[in-house]
Amino acid sequence: MDWGFWLPQIMLFSSLIPALVIFLLRDEQFWPRTILNLSASGLKLILAGFMAWGVLAEGRTYEASLPFLHDQELLLRVEPLSLMLVGLSSILWFITTIYAIGYLENSPHRTRFFGFFSLCVTATIGIALAGNLITFLIFYEMLSVVTYPLVVHRGTPEALAAGRTYLLYTLGGGVLLLIGIIWLQVLAGPVEFVAGGTIQFLADDHQASLIVIFALLIAGLGVKAAIVPLHRWLPEAMIAPAPVSALLHAVAVVKAGAYGIVRVVYDVYGLELSRDLGVLIPLALIASFTIIYGSVRALTEFDLKRRLAYSTVSQVSYIALGTALIGPAATVGATVHLIHQGVMKITLFFCAGVFAEARHIHDIREMSGVGRSMPLTMSAFTLGAFGMIGVPPLAGFVSKWHLGIGSLESDQPWVIAILITSSILNSAYFLPIVYKGWFGEPHEDIEGVEAERFQIREAPWSLLGPSLTTAGVSLLAGLLAAWIYSPLSLAEIVANQRIFLP
Amino acid sequence: MIEAAIWVILIPLICGLAAFAIGGRTSRLLGLIGAGLTTIAAFLLVAEVWVNGVWEYSLGGWEAPLGISLRADGLSTFMIAMTAVVGLGISLYAVRYFALTPGPSPDPSAPLRTGAGRGEKSQATWLPSESYWPLWMLLWASLNALFLSSDIFNLYVGLELLTLASVALIILERERASIIAGLRYLLAAFLGSMAYLLGVALLYAEAGVLDLQLLADAELTGTAVQVAGGLMAVGLLLKAALFPMHFWLPAAHSSAPAPVSAALSALVVKAAFYLLIRLWFEVFEPASSIAVEQVIGVLGATAIILGSFQAIRQARLKMMIAYSTVAQVGYLFVMIPLAGSFGDPQDVWRFEAWTGGLYHALSHGFAKASMFLAAGVILSSLGHDRVWNLAGSAARFPVIYLSFGIAGMSLMGLPPSAGFVGKWLMLTSAVESAQWWWAVILLVGGLLTAGYVAIVLSQALQRDVEIDREPDPIPRIMTLSVFGLAVLSMLLGLRAAEPLEFLEIGAPFQTLITTVEE
Repeated sequence: MDWGFWLPQIMLFSSLIPALVIFLLRDEQFWPRTILNLSASGLKLILAGFMAWGVLAEGRTYEASLPFLHDQELLLRVEPLSLMLVGLSSILWFITTIYAIGYLENSPHRTRFFGFFSLCVTATIGIALAGNLITFLIFYEMLSVVTYPLVVHRGTPEALAAGRTYLLYTLGGGVLLLIGIIWLQVLAGPVEFVAGGTIQFLADDHQASLIVIFALLIAGLGVKAAIVPLHRWLPEAMIAPAPVSALLHAVAVVKAGAYGIVRVVYDVYGLELSRDLGVLIPLALIASFTIIYGSVRALTEFDLKRRLAYSTVSQVSYIALGTALIGPAATVGATVHLIHQGVMKITLFFCAGVFAEARHIHDIREMSGVGRSMPLTMSAFTLGAFGMIGVPPLAGFVSKWHLGIGSLESDQPWVIAILITSSILNSAYFLPIVYKGWFGEPHEDIEGVEAERFQIREAPWSLLGPSLTTAGVSLLAGLLAAWIYSPLSLAEIVANQRIFLP
Repeated sequence: MIEAAIWVILIPLICGLAAFAIGGRTSRLLGLIGAGLTTIAAFLLVAEVWVNGVWEYSLGGWEAPLGISLRADGLSTFMIAMTAVVGLGISLYAVRYFALTPGPSPDPSAPLRTGAGRGEKSQATWLPSESYWPLWMLLWASLNALFLSSDIFNLYVGLELLTLASVALIILERERASIIAGLRYLLAAFLGSMAYLLGVALLYAEAGVLDLQLLADAELTGTAVQVAGGLMAVGLLLKAALFPMHFWLPAAHSSAPAPVSAALSALVVKAAFYLLIRLWFEVFEPASSIAVEQVIGVLGATAIILGSFQAIRQARLKMMIAYSTVAQVGYLFVMIPLAGSFGDPQDVWRFEAWTGGLYHALSHGFAKASMFLAAGVILSSLGHDRVWNLAGSAARFPVIYLSFGIAGMSLMGLPPSAGFVGKWLMLTSAVESAQWWWAVILLVGGLLTAGYVAIVLSQALQRDVEIDREPDPIPRIMTLSVFGLAVLSMLLGLRAAEPLEFLEIGAPFQTLITTVEE
């Protein structure tokens, strides 16, 4: 069997087929659905591990090319950069599935939920494996559509309103991306992703067009990456159930946008052409503005999930910022943050879901003293929050460190100021929560009964376990950064393929 | 077996006549057999054309210009295959649909005449469920005859048969609204046929032949030809319901029973479009001009924008879907300026637009049939199709709404659907030919489509449910045909290379195709 051809496709089908089967099940069929979910996500995890081993240790390439239109093909390719997003989504899908099974027990429409959930993962894997622009576009748009039923899952008027906003933004973004891609392909023919870029030959004749196309592509991708001013859907979409916010809005959807920006800058335009066109500085400025704006907005939100959402707005733009800087360390910082931000933010959202489910806490002012009765959950939350701030040796520190070095390498020292300001703001909106959670006086109205106030009552393990796992991963990603399968090592390989020294 | 092409006309015709003669419950069985066999014949024809290229046949051995000849190239076979698959889905659905909605009880005190059956015996013996099958088979036969005919007078005969069958089907349930809509449709279609026939007469006077190939070879130009072309075009545009000649469509398509609505929107409108495309790019190409093409495009663009807005404003689901057809027909005609004489005759993008428009027709066929059939399920199960009262119904028929969503994706042109392929090709062509305005229209139209699809889905996904009555259970075969058609509209987007290659067989633009192949 030709693994190189089949493996990328099996990777897609390992969540597509379960999704279709799940749709045929009834809500009450808990065990068939759960077994299917867990075995499919487990299988995907194993396949991802196998691919990682094949690519990193054996130096293999997995590539599947299927005819699509007369001069276009669907291209799925596994290489270190795609491996990053594949690995991230496979691991987090597995963990989130466990969490979601616990979270949604006894709630209605579970069949619909898990079916679309698996479709979302399929779309994300497709985005990760896409080897050319049209394949990327197909899965990118598919992701927009299949997340909609999850956003409106609760069916309340607020959820439906959020769903409308969500569709408006993502479909609008899709239109910009579509027209950008078509324009680019009219000039360049089918565009494959190749480290270093493929369209340099257009630089002389089509400079103005290339700049406009770049703007269209980044605007289209920026909607999902929640770059200000295209970010508004993200806080709205927090109405969705916690596992959706955790995996999709902290990881899959925003990552799809950020990953797309990485692909466009490094693998379509290439750093050299992007610099010559003068599009990197504006990108860096927009990303910096988003970082600061998101953090400031997070300060003003008291709903926990909304605060986390604005934090996501801010943190995802680190990736765009690193992409806009020239220099290997910046590339490392940008790509490693693809993974680090995902792991840290999913921890925080898991914990927010636990607080909401177990204690009905939605507002951060109600969190006072919650650490006393839920020490493990609060520990996980603390690890996530410290990671976001960038406290060593957590994952967030590794990202920020590389971004800082990168900014010096590329002669943009002002970026350091952005990073420091952002860290201060991160502390300003996370530390009070952490402090009050551990040291505040528990609210009377949480439990009411004086004696139970200090009793430890954690959430069920199906919710707690995933939260602790991802918290642990975000710690290990920092501690074991030198290990060859660590996100950092992977990011260094990715950066080495795309090295460009000014 | 070589004559599969003749069987695609004969089988539905024979089954239809037999169903008509025998009547009663047997007609359903005959209809199903007819649908199955016609589909098989259609795919034998596809295989034949795929292997051997363009297929030609002269009835009775008389060659054109004397005899009647049939011709199957990539385009006509493409349409026949689409009709076969959509038709099969509709037939399977119809088996249970009419059992579910028996229609108004045959009441002798209501002296409404259907005007449908030449041999109508009496009101009491012809239920909608029984008269549906002969008419539907006749419709199918006339569609296939139209796709295969290769002379402009036979095409007229096909058009007329199609109109008669359609009108009879629209008024099948003999309700006041549908009879009014049906008569309006009859008048519009009749006017269209007359204009077309007048054009045929003028053209015959000018060229002396009726055969499409001979007309094409003659490379006709001149005022008389332009007038003839104009008349034929107006006639066909009226039948294809291009804005502003769409006035008859929404009422007619929405008041018919669901399987009929599906056939009308998915197939019958396409027949007029098919004929127009064939004439435009084969016969009247030399007589055409950029100005005329741009005008057609503007009408198409207006249809897209206004039709979509109208669809968004509709309070009834079937009306919404019917207005969506008005908008989607607009997309088909934006193809004309893109594939027409705007640029250099050797520009490859003309061919891309041509295939793009036809692929869009294909995707719309599957998606719209699925949507109308879905609306039929909703209507017959809930007892109404008021868009703003659908709250909570997604929980009751999830597969129906899933299909509606998938079909909606295809109409929006979102990947990976067949609609995306059509839109991609047309957009590429618009950008390549620097006709930016069409690209903008195509994209805005997609967003507007998302608007009305989202209205339906978000209503249906609402949680608070007031149940008037427990909905009737939906027969599985109906759900399956709705879902199957929607899924096909998606699958045709995942693997478009072969259907697109198939369209090249015998297509105009032969010189351009070789360039594409490189």
